[in-house]
Amino acid sequence: MIEFRGVTKQFPDGTIAVHDVDIVIPPRKTTVLVGSSGSGKTTLLRMINRMVDPTGGQVLIDGTDVATVDPVKLRRGIGYVMQNSGLLPHRKVIDNVATVPLLRGESRRAAHAHALELLDTVGLDRSLADRYPAQLSGGQQQRVGVARGLAVDPNILLMDEPFGAVDPIVRAELQQELLRLQGELGKTVVFVTHDIDEAFLLGDQVVIMQQGGLISQAASPAEILAHPADSFVADFVGADRGKRALHVTEVDGRRVVVDADGRAAGVLAS
Amino acid sequence: MNLFLDAFAWLADPANWTGPGSIPQRIAEHLWVSALVLVIASAIALPLGALVGHTGRGREPAVMVSGGLRALPTLGVLTLFGIWIGIGLAAPVIALVILAIPPLLAGAYAGFESVDRRTIDAARAMGMRELQVVGKVELPLGMPIVVGGIRSATLQIIATATLAAYIADEGLGRFIFAGLKTRDYGEMLGGSILVILLALVIDGCFALTQRVVVPAGVRATRTAELRSGPTRSRTIVGRPNTEGNQE
Repeated sequence: MIEFRGVTKQFPDGTIAVHDVDIVIPPRKTTVLVGSSGSGKTTLLRMINRMVDPTGGQVLIDGTDVATVDPVKLRRGIGYVMQNSGLLPHRKVIDNVATVPLLRGESRRAAHAHALELLDTVGLDRSLADRYPAQLSGGQQQRVGVARGLAVDPNILLMDEPFGAVDPIVRAELQQELLRLQGELGKTVVFVTHDIDEAFLLGDQVVIMQQGGLISQAASPAEILAHPADSFVADFVGADRGKRALHVTEVDGRRVVVDADGRAAGVLAS
Repeated sequence: MNLFLDAFAWLADPANWTGPGSIPQRIAEHLWVSALVLVIASAIALPLGALVGHTGRGREPAVMVSGGLRALPTLGVLTLFGIWIGIGLAAPVIALVILAIPPLLAGAYAGFESVDRRTIDAARAMGMRELQVVGKVELPLGMPIVVGGIRSATLQIIATATLAAYIADEGLGRFIFAGLKTRDYGEMLGGSILVILLALVIDGCFALTQRVVVPAGVRATRTAELRSGPTRSRTIVGRPNTEGNQE
């Protein structure tokens, strides 16, 4: 369990990135932080592995204040996946995946064998192991990034807009892969995105943030749609318009669900 | 044309290739002085440049210092230290170190700066210690530019190490100064040709090294970037190769 207690981050220039945030991130679930740029969602994420230190409040992992843990040790126990994969361009795929286990002192042979298994896990062909990152497609690079994040079998996986830079088709594919992986592995995933559809698809808990690092609402997608906390949330999730404002019409005795523009979205099963 | 014939006659004279003060001995001295200067200057400038490039701090002073040092006339510095310290190798070594520091410093910080910040951020987020970020990420990726700085410095050192003979009994410069004094222009030109050849050979070696140190994955990146355009503008101020050798 990750817990934020009254966490504030003010940068030296006076900008407040995160303002007095309290959230509990439940274990073995996916929590998605969503908001537009400048809402402090990435700052919040990076406080978990101490890439950013808060100026006020505490971040706790399983009851331990991360400020008391050596940052290097902390980071080696937490998976981190970033946009543009962040792979080391001068190292082969397999060495990239094995980076953290090698840093932790595992033998090269064991780390490489495990890295090959991880390529299977994330759905990459083992023949790619000897390629360099630049020789892969964007989607493949992101998969390698996920494999690297999983390499030390961490309890926590931090994902900072991991699918932001790939095309929509590949993104949809990667999202499904992540759902499958999460179903198998059950990590505590903290996922940052600015795409509310992605947040609703992936998140067990969705945290909606607004400018100035304030949390508007933290709840399950269904709850947010049913009871948006305020007009900002309602507007942000688009609850009252487009493809979310669904209603039922009868067509030849069957109940068809259509959106605000009258486009058919599906058929009611019962 | 006569002068060149004299020079080649001097170079071909077997008497000049054996005994004390022979061509091989002077070449060895020249290389030894150059290597000594390069090691001292590197020991000063490379860690400093790496620190500036790694932290992003102290860039302004580094640019100012290397700019200021570049402006110093080496012969003047040499004379000054010669009068101060006296005859011997110390004065020319100091003067040459001052000459070599700017390109080494610029190459080191430009090399470290050229590494994509996101790659460094990722390395840190994975749990690399600062020294590991330097050694495993910044150094290998910045190496081609760092070596470019070393190459540029070496070329200048070898060309200018002739001045060591002005104040010490060392190096290929002996032939130039001796030839000048005795009006033996064949010897003078022969000595000059040797310096030029030496500089070209060493520079060729560095050109090869510079190619070898580009990490294989980065070579792959470059072809990828040619297709898609650079992902990030690279700011390199004080290009290491602006003096001596233009690529």
